Amino acid sequence: MANIAASRPKPETITVSYEHPLVVRVAHWLNAVAVFVLIGSGLRIFRAFPSFGPKIPQKDLIDIPQQLTLGGWLAGALQWHFTFMWIFVGSGLLYIIYQLATGHWRQVLFLPGDIKGLWPMARHYFLLGPKPKLDAAYNPLQKLAYTATIFFGVISTLTGMALYKPVQFWWLAWPMGGFHYARIWHFVAMCGFVAFIPGHLIMVAVHGWNNFYSMVTGWKRDPEYQ
Amino acid sequence: MSEDRRKEEQQLVRENEPAQVTPRPDQPPEETDVGAPAVVLPANAGPAGEPIRVISAAEGRRINRRELLKLVPLVAVGAFAIPKFRQPLLDEGLAFSDWASAKLFGRHRLAHTFSERDVVPFDRFPYNFYDVADPGVDLEHWTLTVEGLVERPGDYKLEQIQALPKVVQNTRHVCVEGWDVIGNFGGARASDFLRFVGADPSARFLEAECADGYYESLDMATILHPQTLFCYEMYGKPLDRGHGAPLRLQMPTKIGYKQAKYLLSVRVTNVLLAGKRGYWEDQGYDWYGGL
Repeated sequence: MANIAASRPKPETITVSYEHPLVVRVAHWLNAVAVFVLIGSGLRIFRAFPSFGPKIPQKDLIDIPQQLTLGGWLAGALQWHFTFMWIFVGSGLLYIIYQLATGHWRQVLFLPGDIKGLWPMARHYFLLGPKPKLDAAYNPLQKLAYTATIFFGVISTLTGMALYKPVQFWWLAWPMGGFHYARIWHFVAMCGFVAFIPGHLIMVAVHGWNNFYSMVTGWKRDPEYQ
Repeated sequence: MSEDRRKEEQQLVRENEPAQVTPRPDQPPEETDVGAPAVVLPANAGPAGEPIRVISAAEGRRINRRELLKLVPLVAVGAFAIPKFRQPLLDEGLAFSDWASAKLFGRHRLAHTFSERDVVPFDRFPYNFYDVADPGVDLEHWTLTVEGLVERPGDYKLEQIQALPKVVQNTRHVCVEGWDVIGNFGGARASDFLRFVGADPSARFLEAECADGYYESLDMATILHPQTLFCYEMYGKPLDRGHGAPLRLQMPTKIGYKQAKYLLSVRVTNVLLAGKRGYWEDQGYDWYGGL
């Protein structure tokens, strides 16, 4: 009895683990804000011509509600878009370069070896199956989500560059099929990125305040893997 | 903070750099399942090998405060939420993008030209205007007034422009709204015309004024680009009234609103007046407008 009592942390101590370096946290929050601004303003830009077909005859694809958009009108939306695209790309590059330089990319990148871990993880999350052993920083499903998001972020950027400068960046625009098709791929990339957001927010909410806060301070209190 | 306390904290942060997995010196690496680290983790480590620490609550508060302070500069982004700062910040963002665009511009980089097959039929090339499709230009008595830093200012007839070498090009017209259309355009190179009137090639801008009250200004590098035309034909016929008769600017290196129609006068200049940079630019669209 005395041994067990002695091995528990005393009440005025806490158990913590350092999870997210400063660079990752800075990049994450800058990128998160930028993403919402880019999607909101991007949808308003799309509304100016909500079609991927010809101008004559024009057949609108979908009516995006004005309330979901940012910028008020096309010029305003373009101002937000052309300002925050730099913040999005800058923070994205900061993150990717940091991950590559430190070797931490190995924690995040989804590789073929992770495929077998997907089903047990999905079964645990969605069908309340048994919790698989935690033996890496990110589980296979997380790796898939984060890798896919980074991928769509990169594609959003490249297609955006082709849209913004189809003549100067002709070497990007041409393989995409030119300006007209780059616009479609840009929209598709956005959809891919957006698909990540609700799942991410739900998982953050489900895993509690301490988990969320670790992306603010870097330290997780009472880590679930202690 | 005392020297000892500071050293202690630095040590804590250094030791807690995540994912620097080091094997314990007295144990060799072991075979494990795919996905698990192939080394024996130090005792009391997380799944990425990060050490799990037990620290005092006071220590925890200190760390929280310090790490929060490190993030405070991010709050600067919140300036965009403050009405007073928002527009100046957005204007700055636009100006920076314009600066980068100008740097990116290749004077000899040609826009893609298309075959006849790719050109849309004439009746599918939209009429686009901000006010009226036809501002009622007096085509019979029309002249182009040339002013500013030129050796031979004055009024020029359409025939004089048509006498210059004609360029015909099938190029993509991109509207800022997002639609695009490939059309057939014919005219004189702007560079040829400017040489004809003795324009100063080192001047920075060309301003244009139009019969419908529209006005624009463009960077000289783009004006001198080989695909920038004083365009007077579409699809082999003179421009019709809706498309900007008798003369318009046409260049596949710029977005549509830069390509002013129903030209009445052009001015070669080194100075742009604020509030008179362009009809749409003065309302918030970007000035460079380059593709």
